[in-house]
Amino acid sequence: MNNRNTLRHYADLVIVLFVKEMRVRYKSTALGYWWSILHPLAFVLVFFIAFRVVMRIQMEAYPLFLIVGLFPWQWFANSVGASPLIFLGNASVIKKVKFPRNIMPLAVVLQDMVHFLLSLPVIAGVMFWYGKSPFLSWLYGIPVLLAAQFFITYGIALVVSSLNLFFRDLERLTTIAVTLLFYLTPVVYSEAMVPEQYRSLIYLNPLAPLMISWRTLLLNGVLDPRLLAASMAYSLLFFALGTAVYGRLSWKFGEVV
Amino acid sequence: MKPSIITFRNVTKNYTLSRELGGGLKNFLFRLPRSVKEIRASGYCALKDVSFEVRSGETLGIIGRNGAGKSTLLGLVAGVLHPSAGEVEVNGKVTPLLELGGGFHPDLTGMDNIMLNGVLLGLNRKDVARKMEEIIKFAGLGDYIGQPIRTYSGGMLARLGFSVAAHLDPEILLVDEVLAVGDADFRKKCLDKIMGFKRAGVTIVFISHSMEDVIRICDRVIWIEERGVKMAGDAASVTGAYLGGG
Ligand SMILES: Nc1ncnc2c1ncn2[C@@H]1O[C@H](COP(=O)(O)OP(=O)(O)O)[C@@H](O)[C@H]1O
Ligand SMILES: [Mg+2]
Repeated sequence: MNNRNTLRHYADLVIVLFVKEMRVRYKSTALGYWWSILHPLAFVLVFFIAFRVVMRIQMEAYPLFLIVGLFPWQWFANSVGASPLIFLGNASVIKKVKFPRNIMPLAVVLQDMVHFLLSLPVIAGVMFWYGKSPFLSWLYGIPVLLAAQFFITYGIALVVSSLNLFFRDLERLTTIAVTLLFYLTPVVYSEAMVPEQYRSLIYLNPLAPLMISWRTLLLNGVLDPRLLAASMAYSLLFFALGTAVYGRLSWKFGEVV
Repeated sequence: MKPSIITFRNVTKNYTLSRELGGGLKNFLFRLPRSVKEIRASGYCALKDVSFEVRSGETLGIIGRNGAGKSTLLGLVAGVLHPSAGEVEVNGKVTPLLELGGGFHPDLTGMDNIMLNGVLLGLNRKDVARKMEEIIKFAGLGDYIGQPIRTYSGGMLARLGFSVAAHLDPEILLVDEVLAVGDADFRKKCLDKIMGFKRAGVTIVFISHSMEDVIRICDRVIWIEERGVKMAGDAASVTGAYLGGG
């Protein structure tokens, strides 16, 4: 096969696996697209009840605050949560056919990214409801953060999906880790609520700069250069890590899966 | 003489025993030095020092008892397994015939699965779309082709799997005990198709427990036993010795 054809085939692999993920996700739910909106909205409702109604958190337009944080978080959480079974669940193909297997996590992450993109109109709608309007800075800010989140999510998905073939108990660990990470990331609370002396520790959390950036971009139309730089650095770091782990282990997939 | 298209040179395949890894991450980390040492040292030897050649257009049968290492050998040809020692050289596009349900997603329709598998096996979407009608016709599943394949019987899945692989213009076709399912009618259709490939000059590696099929299809047969080639030669004499010596 020449290079052009190889590239064409690579793209076709991504497309068919992407379509497969979409079909499987919507297999028999009549709600279809709305399901991917309702899911994060249900979380918004739950956190609203827990933190606003019960614990009386002091923040204006808390539902909007929750929405701009929870939608991008759902993308991350869904992709990483699905990762342990990406290779394991396709054992029969991996055992028999040689093809670039990293396309499988790629298709999963892309699929969740598209769902996130489709939920952006909902965010804009809720902003209108609160008397705000979308910002011009979204035009460059959203693609930049999309890229950062894509690479960090894909990198982590590669690590988790590859390692889970060798250590099957990683599945439970992943669920626990994603949940813990969620509460350690300023998604349902703001970084300003974190006590002063701990605030710089936020930078140790690879997801925190990114999630804060999403919120400031979507709510106020601004991106903090330092947070943005940190997001990109983590993104590249995890992408490199994922690629390295996959590269080291993928030749063995056929016999351990 | 035709050029050789598959070459095994002193190939050894050791599997890491999953006992070490099966304990999970926790056990692995708690006893890290020992774990690493065990993995280095251990391993189950499935094939040892195996050498043979397959020439372009030849049909090679592989026979041997369960667990002899036939599927391992095929995995090495397909490139999904890597030899622990020695060299495997394959010059051509390999098309494995996926077994029952392999590579198929239960919630997708027969047609979706044809596209998915066609592309996974190396075709572009355009080419699969072009062949779709032919594949559907060969599978002969009627209206079921638009239904999710979880509603299919085992034989119907086999039909679908074979139909896809059969229309991919294989250069090297790998068949691993997949003809056993499916009804007599479809079995005959498959054997006819395989004979058609053979006449068209496709190289075929054929694993089967049916000596009748092996004799009918294969030019040459390799008998695998105790990790190595016990006997190689023309189909009649090797199958004869295999059946005779048990
Ligand atoms: N992925 C694997 N990990 C460890 N051992 C394996 C694996 N696959 C096969 N084996 C072992 O290798 C031997 C040969 O298996 P296989 O090639 O599947 O045999 P056959 O196809 O001839 O029945 C068997 O003893 C089997 O248990
Ligand atoms: Mg076998």
